[in-house]
Amino acid sequence: MLRATLKSLLARKLRLLLSGLAVVLGVMFVSGAFVLTDTLGRSFDAVFADAYAEVDVSVEAKPKIDVSTAEGMPLSTPMPASVLDRIKAVPGVADAEGVVAADGARMIGSNGKVVTSFGPPQLGQNWLGESDLVEIREGRAPQADDEIVINTALAEAGKVKVGDRVGVLTLAPKKEFTLVGVFGYSGGRDSIGGANEVYFTTPVAQQLMLGKPDVFSNVSVQAADGTTPEALRDEVARTLGADYQVKTGEQLAADASAGLKEGLSFFNKILLGFAAVALLVGTFLILNTFSIIVAQRTRELALMRAIGASGKQVIGSVVLEALAVGLIASVLGLAAGIGVGALLAYLFGQLAGGLTLAGLGVPASAVIGAFAVGMLITVIAALLPALRASRIPPIAAMQDVATPDRPLTKVTIGGAVVTGIGAVLLFLGLGGHAGDSTLATILGGVLFAFIGVALLTPIISRPVVSLLGAMFSWSVPGKLGRLNSGRNPRRTAITAAALMVGIALVTGVTVILDSAKGSIGKLAEDTIKAELVISGSTTGPRPASFDPAVLEKAAAIPGVQLVSGEYGDMAVVGGERTWVAVSSNVAALQQIFGAKATAGDISRLAPDQMLVSSDTAKARNLAVGSTVPVQLSRGEARTYTVSGIYESSQLTNPVTLPPQAAADFSIPQPIQGFLQLAPGTSVGAVQPQVERLLADSPEVSVADRAAFIEQQTGQLDSLLQMIQILLALAIVIAVLGIINTLALSVLERTRELGLLRAIGLRRAQTMRMITVEAVVISIFGALLGVVVGAGLGAAVVEALKDEGITDLILPWGQMVTFLILAAIIGVVAAVLPAIRAARINVLGAIAHD
Amino acid sequence: MTATVGREQAAARANDVWKVYGSGEAQVAALRGVSAEFERGRFTAIMGPSGSGKSTLMHCLAGLDTVTKGTVMIGDTTVTGLNDAGLTKLRRDKVGFIFQQFNLLPTLTAQENILLPLSIAGRKPDPAWYDTVIDTVGLRDRLGHRPAQLSGGQQQRVACARALVARPEVIFADEPTGNLDSRSGAEVLKFLRNSVREHGQTIVMVTHDPTAAAYADRVVFLADGQIVSELIEPTAETVLDTMKKLDAPVEVGN
Ligand SMILES: Nc1ncnc2c1ncn2[C@@H]1O[C@H](COP(=O)(O)OP(=O)(O)OP(=O)(O)O)[C@@H](O)[C@H]1O
Ligand SMILES: [Mg+2]
Repeated sequence: MLRATLKSLLARKLRLLLSGLAVVLGVMFVSGAFVLTDTLGRSFDAVFADAYAEVDVSVEAKPKIDVSTAEGMPLSTPMPASVLDRIKAVPGVADAEGVVAADGARMIGSNGKVVTSFGPPQLGQNWLGESDLVEIREGRAPQADDEIVINTALAEAGKVKVGDRVGVLTLAPKKEFTLVGVFGYSGGRDSIGGANEVYFTTPVAQQLMLGKPDVFSNVSVQAADGTTPEALRDEVARTLGADYQVKTGEQLAADASAGLKEGLSFFNKILLGFAAVALLVGTFLILNTFSIIVAQRTRELALMRAIGASGKQVIGSVVLEALAVGLIASVLGLAAGIGVGALLAYLFGQLAGGLTLAGLGVPASAVIGAFAVGMLITVIAALLPALRASRIPPIAAMQDVATPDRPLTKVTIGGAVVTGIGAVLLFLGLGGHAGDSTLATILGGVLFAFIGVALLTPIISRPVVSLLGAMFSWSVPGKLGRLNSGRNPRRTAITAAALMVGIALVTGVTVILDSAKGSIGKLAEDTIKAELVISGSTTGPRPASFDPAVLEKAAAIPGVQLVSGEYGDMAVVGGERTWVAVSSNVAALQQIFGAKATAGDISRLAPDQMLVSSDTAKARNLAVGSTVPVQLSRGEARTYTVSGIYESSQLTNPVTLPPQAAADFSIPQPIQGFLQLAPGTSVGAVQPQVERLLADSPEVSVADRAAFIEQQTGQLDSLLQMIQILLALAIVIAVLGIINTLALSVLERTRELGLLRAIGLRRAQTMRMITVEAVVISIFGALLGVVVGAGLGAAVVEALKDEGITDLILPWGQMVTFLILAAIIGVVAAVLPAIRAARINVLGAIAHD
Repeated sequence: MTATVGREQAAARANDVWKVYGSGEAQVAALRGVSAEFERGRFTAIMGPSGSGKSTLMHCLAGLDTVTKGTVMIGDTTVTGLNDAGLTKLRRDKVGFIFQQFNLLPTLTAQENILLPLSIAGRKPDPAWYDTVIDTVGLRDRLGHRPAQLSGGQQQRVACARALVARPEVIFADEPTGNLDSRSGAEVLKFLRNSVREHGQTIVMVTHDPTAAAYADRVVFLADGQIVSELIEPTAETVLDTMKKLDAPVEVGN
């Protein structure tokens, strides 16, 4: 039995391989994700271990506000220079250096634009001399207050060279410096972890990066001979007390690396998400391939039964075949995954400014994941066909009839039930009734909905396919093709369902993002009463900002009625991390953003007053007159009194503080500026004047309102594109499925095709017949996908109504495009099977048994 | 050689077997109260006009199809009412098949095809018996070939060997020579007769061909789902005569 199974498997290897390809892709994503994370993780470890190799112990004041890696680098609380002397006095300390290092030193490149780092920080630091790690490659160390050195990667990215005058944006507005040196790291590295680094003299660094003279962000301590870093750490900690964090270099390296790895895990989840999509589509494909193969082998399997094989043995033989396919697909997928992981790690390293990669790692998780996923999916998909195979009666060995079409009642009822479960899960998840497991509930709902609809597909396929096929019925081959696509509803259905999944996901995501974009755009259009907006786009966690002096100067331009600069930061408000904002002109709240007061006065703010949104007020039990302690990124905690409450909307912030508070934000500069013009003022006349004011703030630009809204919502567009490209993969797999189904159908109908040819069907007509079949199936799948996707998207949009997505926007154009695309997919998928069908040897086919 | 059938000698027995296909207007009674016994160690042929129910009777006897009414026994096993596991065991231990279309697995060699029933049942062949079978079918030099590399007659002999190698109680053959020319057909028939004469095998064969039927020890004639006649020690001529007699009323009916 085993041998018979393996031999028949070998005979069908090509067919199985095609269906296994989907599993290969899925496994590739799974193992690729693990390989990538492992390789990059170890690379980070190595980089930071190296970077902190010379630091025995580091001392830092506790940051006022904890931030996650995704939000950027935490702003360390500056510590007075006197701490340095206290540390030097600790027994066991050989030497200690005060370090200034903070994010936000943005160098302007030779093209006049700020050199961005795409994520890693842009560090402004005080030059502490060369070391085993840091080496000046060209020029010299900074000595005067207007001299800087930068790392090689930054010099190359900004196309600046030693001797140039370069502008740097810091806490202060743009300042010009002479670039006196370019440095690199040992081992020929141009940066560490892709960070851009600017070194000033110590006093300049203190003033520009920390905002005060004679302060440091941390102190780096060298242990005396015979003192371990751990012992020294404990000793220093004891001396300084609880206000300071004291860590060994090893701990720092581990922390820094862990932060980056946290960011990686997000990336990992995306890859695993696509693996899931690929595998879901792959499951349909394998299910179909095995069903067809079982149908084709009916006679053979019946013979086995007639000569004594038990039902279990037949199941076993099909499952064994699936295991073999899964095994091979897993091996190939793992190999491809290692390749993809290595490639992504390399690209990532390049993007991160030449991260030195540790050796490629294939963690056990990648191998286990690959085989578990690949084999499990294949076997699960083959289970149903296996069960069906075991039910083939032995008498079928003696009959020449194809298996009769079984009634669809059971499948349809099952499909309705599963779809119902999916709908309930979606209702629970989207309606916010699922508590902590909301995301899992929604994903489960989507999965159930897909499977349910797939089960319902056979019954839907009858009328829809015959309707679709009617378009082609004017010619004989078209008619035959139509009849063929309708003759095995299950097979047509599963093939179409595979395409449905991909198209439904793309359509659903498009509906959600388009609706979000439309709703936000409309809200902004309706509400924001500003003709000109100053803003910049961001590439990393740190938003673009500009010189606050621009605000006053802009207000002085004739025709400008109201100007407000918007600041924002994370703060601890009444013990909770909260986003707080400052409008440089509080009047803007009502006059530009259309805020409505529900209590108190929101048109003015004294330095010790704050405004809160109605949602915040409700959640925190605040009323006018309540007092709340607020800790900002800098300075000490202060108590503010609530003086007004405004209605929550998409355009309002949870908390608005008086303008004076902005100085203690981590970015004490406005992120956006809104200009309201007096009636009758020409926008075109004011805009160039504002542009001139922004000459020294190259991170931002001024745009009219429409362009601003476009720019804001444009970020959603690029997100959408990214998702579409990745989901296109699911569609590619589905195309494989159509090719596979057709190829198998052609094989199965060899005799019939030969007969048609014998009675006069021409080659071209045969090909047309197969093409029509493919086109009908793929348009059917796309139609299902568009309908299901639009339905799912609409459900999500409905659920997000409270979050401000008020308008449901259906991307009609795109939906029609999908249908046209599906027709093309059908034609493409039909090429090989059609050629095969046309090449059938007429005589051979009729004799074919 | 006696024509009498002793109860204890019957390898297969049908007792008032009815087989009705379909329901309502489309109802067809393929077998209408067939009672027959097939002796152990005998070669029995079933003949009759097309559509008379020969294949149906054989399927019912072999437990491949369920009967509508009546009982079927193979040896001392009552076939009617067995569940799938019981039927599987029956097919493994007591029944062999030879088909008109040979039905060999194209991916396996002749030898693998012959041994397939045993390997499915997880048994080892009896080497002496295996050698005997191979020698009788005369395929020793073709054992490594695949079905596609064998002639029709050779393929059918492989199928015969496959049926014989497990030493079943009964071998059922449905038109085993239907796809063969007269020479290859004769080889297969001689081989079947030898296995009955020399090794005591029981064979029930459906055929249309009076010459083929003449190889049997006994011929049972079916018409319209009923047994209408029987011949012991048939020759091609006696069979032909009987068939003519049976056909006559049908022609009149038309
Ligand atoms: N699965 C079935 N469903 C309905 N009717 C059937 C089925 N199988 C056989 N029949 C009918 O039963 C009757 C007997 O068929 P059977 O195949 O036993 O005839 P046969 O004697 O073997 O004929 P032939 O010599 O042509 O093989 C025929 O009328 C046939 O139409
Ligand atoms: Mg027949």
